Amino acid sequence: MVLVLALGDLHIPHRAHDLPAKFKSMLVPGKIQHIICTGNLCIKEVHDYLKTLCPDLHITRGEYDEETKYPETKTLTIGQFKLGLCHGHQVIPWGDLDSLAMLQRQLDVDILITGHTHQFTAYKHEGGVVINPGSATGAYSSITYEVNPSFVLMDIDGLRVVVYVYELIDGEVKVDKIDFKKTSSTHPAH
Amino acid sequence: MIADGIEDEEKWLAEGIAGIQHNAFYMHRALDANNLREALKYSAHMLSELRTSKLSPHKYYDLYMRAFDELRRLEIFFKDESRHGVSIVDLYELVQHAGNILPRLYLLCTVGSVYIRSKEAPVRDVLKDLVEMCRGVQHPIRGLFLRSYLSQVSRDKLPDIGSEYEGDADSVMDSVEFVLQNFTEMNKLWVRLQHQGPGQIREKREKERNELRDLVGKNLHLLSQIEGVDLEMYKDTVLPRVLEQVVNCKDELAQFYLMECIIQVFPDEYHLQTLETLLGACPQLQPTVDIRTVLSQLMERLSNYAASSTDVLPEFLQVEAFTKLSSAIGRVIEAQVDMPIVGAIALQVSLLTFTLRVHPDRLDYVDQVLGACVKKLSDKPKLDDKRATKQVVALLSAPLDKYNDIVTALTLSNYPRVMDHLDNETNKVMAMVIIQSVMKNNTCISTADKVEVLFELIKGLIKDSDGTDLDEVKLITCDVDEEDFNEEQNSVARLIHMLHNNDPEEMVKIICTVKKHIMSGGPRRLPFTVPSLVFSALRLIRQLQGQDGDVVGEDVPATPKKIFQLLNETIEALSSVPSPELALRLYLQCAEAANDCDLEPVAYEFFTQAFVLYEEEIADSKAQVTAIHLIIGMLQRMNVFGVENRDTLTHKATGYSAKLLKKPDQCRAVYACSHLFWVDDQDGIKDGERVLLCLKRALRIANAAQQMANVTRGSSGPVTLFVEILNKYLYYFEKGNPHITSATIQGLLELINTEIQSPTSDAFFASTLRYIQFQKQKGGILGEKYDSIKVHWERQCTSAMTLLYNFFGFF
Repeated sequence: MVLVLALGDLHIPHRAHDLPAKFKSMLVPGKIQHIICTGNLCIKEVHDYLKTLCPDLHITRGEYDEETKYPETKTLTIGQFKLGLCHGHQVIPWGDLDSLAMLQRQLDVDILITGHTHQFTAYKHEGGVVINPGSATGAYSSITYEVNPSFVLMDIDGLRVVVYVYELIDGEVKVDKIDFKKTSSTHPAH
Repeated sequence: MIADGIEDEEKWLAEGIAGIQHNAFYMHRALDANNLREALKYSAHMLSELRTSKLSPHKYYDLYMRAFDELRRLEIFFKDESRHGVSIVDLYELVQHAGNILPRLYLLCTVGSVYIRSKEAPVRDVLKDLVEMCRGVQHPIRGLFLRSYLSQVSRDKLPDIGSEYEGDADSVMDSVEFVLQNFTEMNKLWVRLQHQGPGQIREKREKERNELRDLVGKNLHLLSQIEGVDLEMYKDTVLPRVLEQVVNCKDELAQFYLMECIIQVFPDEYHLQTLETLLGACPQLQPTVDIRTVLSQLMERLSNYAASSTDVLPEFLQVEAFTKLSSAIGRVIEAQVDMPIVGAIALQVSLLTFTLRVHPDRLDYVDQVLGACVKKLSDKPKLDDKRATKQVVALLSAPLDKYNDIVTALTLSNYPRVMDHLDNETNKVMAMVIIQSVMKNNTCISTADKVEVLFELIKGLIKDSDGTDLDEVKLITCDVDEEDFNEEQNSVARLIHMLHNNDPEEMVKIICTVKKHIMSGGPRRLPFTVPSLVFSALRLIRQLQGQDGDVVGEDVPATPKKIFQLLNETIEALSSVPSPELALRLYLQCAEAANDCDLEPVAYEFFTQAFVLYEEEIADSKAQVTAIHLIIGMLQRMNVFGVENRDTLTHKATGYSAKLLKKPDQCRAVYACSHLFWVDDQDGIKDGERVLLCLKRALRIANAAQQMANVTRGSSGPVTLFVEILNKYLYYFEKGNPHITSATIQGLLELINTEIQSPTSDAFFASTLRYIQFQKQKGGILGEKYDSIKVHWERQCTSAMTLLYNFFGFF
């Protein structure tokens, strides 16, 4: 069993002063094995904060990130799953599932995680999953109105992944759960 | 030499002890034989050992304790008249025949104690006699110990309320008088000790003297234990007399110790009621006395007292404790001309701590303390004393910590004035403390006036002081400074999100105030602060957009149009910094917000600005790629534009896409542009022909890229671009673009197949083929559409076939 935290579009300090306190108290060091961040952190302090939660940190570059070394896309394998990561501003139309599916094919991954729209979504798509963890700070977005802060925790166990989405609605944290099973090992590990 | 001195002292002490033991031995024998004469003789011999002047106080104490123990036995003997047959009155006379004054007085005190117990004479007379007689010894150490002995043997026999020694003639007053007199004499001896002894160094002598302080202090302790010393007597007699001695002795060590002692031993309630008298003594003390510690302790005790029960609070108000303390501190600072600024500020810090604890509701007190500091600091524009600076920081931090609310500090008129006296660096540190306090407590600052004051407080971070560019020079040479600078500016950027009001009119005022301040920040700060301001304003616009039912007149400042105007100016400043990439992103954000507000000209203006920046300022090819994707992505979402404006903008976007430096980047941007002509909404544009044109153009570029790769590398490069375009074809095919047919897709598939060895050698192509298979099998309308497209897995070699069988079960 592996716990993976997926989050992005924090936009600190441009659009938010900090992560919600309720999230900060939930995110404690030592519980999470990997963090994947879709980008737009935007500053080093946020990077350093994430690093304290878990040293295994994977980041792709958002259009507001001051750090220019983050890659545009990234893939990694966790257990039986191949994960792909991209901020998403490169995929036009923004947030369009069919276009994201193309990226999923291009990266050849089971789970694609993107951001940019600040809207939490999770679709099962062509035998894979496309997830957008939303904005961890609930940052203003031109695409999405009324953004609630949200992030995603994935519990990867064998061929099964449980996606928990944590959303802060009117000061309360709501948790939702999406279960996904990989039918067969369609992508053998090379 | 010093070693010798210590050795000598050891020797002298040993000799003294031996003398005491020797004479004590004979005294014991005499006591056993009930022989009064012999007992007196040997005890006097024994006590003569205490006449030495050679020992340090520490060693002398050792000797004294041995004699003290022996005297206890003697006292028991004296008490029992049947053993010596002499009346106590006669005995009191008899011991006065001892030859030497010191043994004589020790014996007199011992008998005196028995005399009092016998109650054969008025207690007051005996006490008075003893305390007067002790004047005979004026050697400081010997005198101190003798009087200490007197105090020791008489302490349980003092007339007090409810004690057996209280009688018609003997009152508490006599006890107080006795102890006060003994205290006064002891203190005089103690003070004189500094002039005593051989040419010892002063430091050592003061250290020794310090060791004896408790002998003097015990008297005050004794006074505090007398039941009969009530508030009235304390106020009228005890405190004035003690303070008189404290002030008159003019000795730094004694004054400091005794003031501390007074504060520690007497009850809080007494202090509160005699505050004026006690504080009145402070300015009269020697200038070197650490009056700050004394007053701090007093205030600490009083604030603990106040915290102990709410019942005592009215008392504080009644005696005007704060006013008295405040003016006393003022007088002390005035009287001690040489007091360094750090001392004066530290005193005010103590007072502030006091008032924050006792009168948390009295902000005027807090401001008054700050005002006093401003006055003290007024000689110097900037503090250069590090320790004083630290105290000022403590002073400014205390209200923040107490109220956890910067808004409270914003009402203190003297707060910014104190801050002004900090040096630039510390001023920044303090500004950071303020910002962190806002963050930590999630304080929302909700009026423009308060925002104005807040920016006044943190102005050290907002702009360069006095237009000096020295900081900048330093910045270039020092990385650490740059890190600090970034952190500071990011904090300011975060702070901007805490300045908020739900009322649009007030929010506009807040935004204007913020804008005014951050615009003075100069080119280094704008890239940090402008984005926060822009998004803060965009949030407001969105809020207004939600209430567009309201009728808004021309005079109302809170209209989206006016805010867009302000945004335009703000971002323009950023683009001239220059920080074109950031400015471009912000223009695009504004453009979409204007789109949502249905303001076509405004949106067009923002887009134009973004294009101008793209053309003129963004030179880096990587930055261009990102920028053009942002432009296309944003433009794709815009629905406010009429045909003409839209054509102009899409034309520009496609034009720039085709002009990117690298072929693959060109190709990707161009196929992305296809989405500008196909918006998958109900009323979205669906110009299938122009979509196809884009895709064909992308194909041509991909082909050119492939050929270029052939030339430079001698082999064809990866087919990724073709597969990407294939996917775009599939996208529009599914969306029902009539210009994308299964035949074109088939052709593209063949093309890619000829370029590669095997479909599985390219993972992207393989997964695309899998996708086509998947769609074919899914059936339905889409499945039928896909029906005519053939996927040629079988063209590949057998080994590949086998692999495919293994990987995908559907063959």
